[in-house]
Amino acid sequence: MTPQSEAELADIIAAAKGPMSIRGGGTRGSSGEGDPLSVAGLSGVTLYEPGALTLVVQAGTPVEEVKKILAGENQRLAFEPMDHRGLLGTQGVPTMGGVFAANTSGPRRIQSGAARDFLLGVRFVDGRGDVLSNGGRVMKNVTGYDLVKLMAGAYGTLGVLSELSLKVLPMAEACGTVAVDVADLATAVAAMSVALGSPYDVTGAAYDPDAGTVFIRVEGFETSVAYRGEALLQALAKFGEARMTLGEGAALWEGIRDVAAFHDKPGDVWRISVKPSDAIVLAQTLGATALQFDWGGGLIWALMEEGTDLRARMNVPGHATLVRASAQTRGAIARFQPEPAPLAAISAGLRAQFDPRAILSPGLMG
Amino acid sequence: MEMPSPNPAILACKSRLVERLAKVLPADAVIEDEAETRAYECDALTAYKCPPLLAVLPRSTQEVSDVLRICHEEGVPVVPRGAGTSLAGGALPTADCVILGVARMNDVLETDYANRTIRVQTGRTNLSVSGAVEEEDFFYAPDPSSQLACAIAGNIAMNSGGAHCLKYGVTTNNLMGVTMVMMDGTVVEIGGAHLDAGGLDLLGVICGSEGQLGVVTEATLRILRKPEGARPVLIGYDSNEVAGACVSDIIKAGVLPVAIEFMDRPCIEACEAFAKAGYPMCEALLIIEVEGSEAEIDHQLRLITDIARSHNPVELREATDSDEAARIWLGRKSAFGAMGQINDYMCLDGTIPVTSLPHVLRRIGEMSKEFGLAVANVFHAGDGNMHPLILFDANKPGDLETCEAFGAEILKLCVEVGGCLTGEHGVGIEKRDLMLHQYRPADIEAQLRVKDVFDPKWLLNPAKVFPLSTTQSRRAPAMAAE
Repeated sequence: MTPQSEAELADIIAAAKGPMSIRGGGTRGSSGEGDPLSVAGLSGVTLYEPGALTLVVQAGTPVEEVKKILAGENQRLAFEPMDHRGLLGTQGVPTMGGVFAANTSGPRRIQSGAARDFLLGVRFVDGRGDVLSNGGRVMKNVTGYDLVKLMAGAYGTLGVLSELSLKVLPMAEACGTVAVDVADLATAVAAMSVALGSPYDVTGAAYDPDAGTVFIRVEGFETSVAYRGEALLQALAKFGEARMTLGEGAALWEGIRDVAAFHDKPGDVWRISVKPSDAIVLAQTLGATALQFDWGGGLIWALMEEGTDLRARMNVPGHATLVRASAQTRGAIARFQPEPAPLAAISAGLRAQFDPRAILSPGLMG
Repeated sequence: MEMPSPNPAILACKSRLVERLAKVLPADAVIEDEAETRAYECDALTAYKCPPLLAVLPRSTQEVSDVLRICHEEGVPVVPRGAGTSLAGGALPTADCVILGVARMNDVLETDYANRTIRVQTGRTNLSVSGAVEEEDFFYAPDPSSQLACAIAGNIAMNSGGAHCLKYGVTTNNLMGVTMVMMDGTVVEIGGAHLDAGGLDLLGVICGSEGQLGVVTEATLRILRKPEGARPVLIGYDSNEVAGACVSDIIKAGVLPVAIEFMDRPCIEACEAFAKAGYPMCEALLIIEVEGSEAEIDHQLRLITDIARSHNPVELREATDSDEAARIWLGRKSAFGAMGQINDYMCLDGTIPVTSLPHVLRRIGEMSKEFGLAVANVFHAGDGNMHPLILFDANKPGDLETCEAFGAEILKLCVEVGGCLTGEHGVGIEKRDLMLHQYRPADIEAQLRVKDVFDPKWLLNPAKVFPLSTTQSRRAPAMAAE
């Protein structure tokens, strides 16, 4: 089902007799069981005020379309949403609804914030079929509870997003990348920590163990990027051979964002969020086929032998999501990190309130 | 402002409650004497006062848990309190409640520069969090103007902002994890030193829930390395419209200052009389601050002043040294004190789309004449968060009521143009009855359902945020059970 309006979406949900699989473009492989219900038909920009850094879009609006419109005013989605198609081998058109339902952020998350930090307001249809709204289209808003954050990352299980208000930011004039060849993961994490703890406003800190290289990104005005890049080059020289490239780098950071290193490689793919320095001890126990590191070490992508329960090997606080797996593995291992009992009870309570008939991608999140 | 009448059954059980609490808390942590509970009768919204039944000052998460468990069993409402600096009445007691103050819990538990986090007990003041990491040139970004006094607990409850959030965000964007005690005494850990939630973003809904979902006792906060330097520029215009257009053009040009402050003529005049910062007398004053190295600051300020000049300013003053920078900020930072010198005032906190600025200022000016009360405007222009200060005389009968009515009209105007009732102070009791102007009943009901999950008996700060009529049926069972 692909409703063409919010009212139609509400009617469909109100009349639903059984589970529905909620999706935008269906590219993130996280739609759950049931009759497919897509918001792709709700498309278009409702309001764009470049001088106020705000944009209101229908949930089914393609991400590419939004990027193009923003680029016309020299602005962008600063949280750098990942495109899952390469990693998951999915087809289709990623939507804004999907980006926020999955709280999808890229390398710049460490500096500018996650998708959820840019979401100012939502309209959604809950499991009863009621159209609800929360937040607004202004940057500072503490009027009532922040259900906007709750909806971001809920994968449609608390309600189906119909309209989103978001904050956008100016596009950077220039981009520079400092690459440092390091001996091992511990050195890499230390180097990234120095970069992120510097006053140079680093907007990306990733490590590719296959290449043995740390990548540090700075963005801003051209003179500023040159200055900061040079300062970082000096600060990081003690960790290994360092060099700077100015100007290019878009492809490199897109590859990091989309985990290009794991495309077309067999095995399960896990996404782990930990305290950056914990990455060192965790990497030793995972027994992964391959690893990639972003967010200064705090985001670990692990390619694992099929059917391995990575969570059993987690020896540090954090959470792990099973992003890519066969149907058989999915049957045995939960997609999302199980929560401790009191938190699981709160989450279940919220689901029961917002989706009392358990029809919105039931079972997807717990 | 109406508050629910106290439950006589609870008032009658005071001695039993004191006895039970005394068993789990040190002797000096239970305050029952009427002369002493008076210290907790209000927060910074001093127009409303009511001493609580009791106040307790626990020192640990375990003690908070014990207090909440006992109050839960006894069916006694609890009003959590940070430093009591709320301008919205978020910590206003009822006569039948226990005030749970976290002021004694102010330790730094862990500083981790390598991972850029600090973990503190939430009674710690905002400024002293930055103070704890200053030696390594780090800071905690959200900077509400009460930062010297306000506690992190209150910052989390209200999702506090500050002058620099255009670049650094508000509390919710800098909060990574909490230890929270539920009303029944259960202690939960949410988030931590890692980023983002593994399941639903519970941290996101807890931040800004005004102490209605749980009592946060510890927090993991993101700390940042200080920029190399910062410098403001002061720009004066002879109309609000032109100043608004200048702000919009700066943002469109791709410059993102850390702060853009806006003051109107009444505010400039009051600040000048009070602080003598040497502000030009004009209709609108902008203070814009940028950060970076000397060369980076020069570059950004050049872009900004070029745009500013194209709008024909009556004054444009760049700080050439730190003294001059301090003088530019002096008037703005003393704005509230200046107002307090002249008069009693009420500080509003609505947010509007930046593009509606001239229209909203014009309407406020018109309403000021209608209500016969002066108003001065000072606000964060980059994000549209306004702070109209309505001047009134608390000793003049009826003036407070007129002021409140005027304030309500301004906030309704904010909502009308696409903004909201409160940008950083919170709803508390102050804006509680205006919530139905912002949200439809169904939208309110969705929020009440969230509280149902966290606090099914509706004992935590129950008379705040939502119009009493919308929460009556939920609060009633607690009353009836007694």
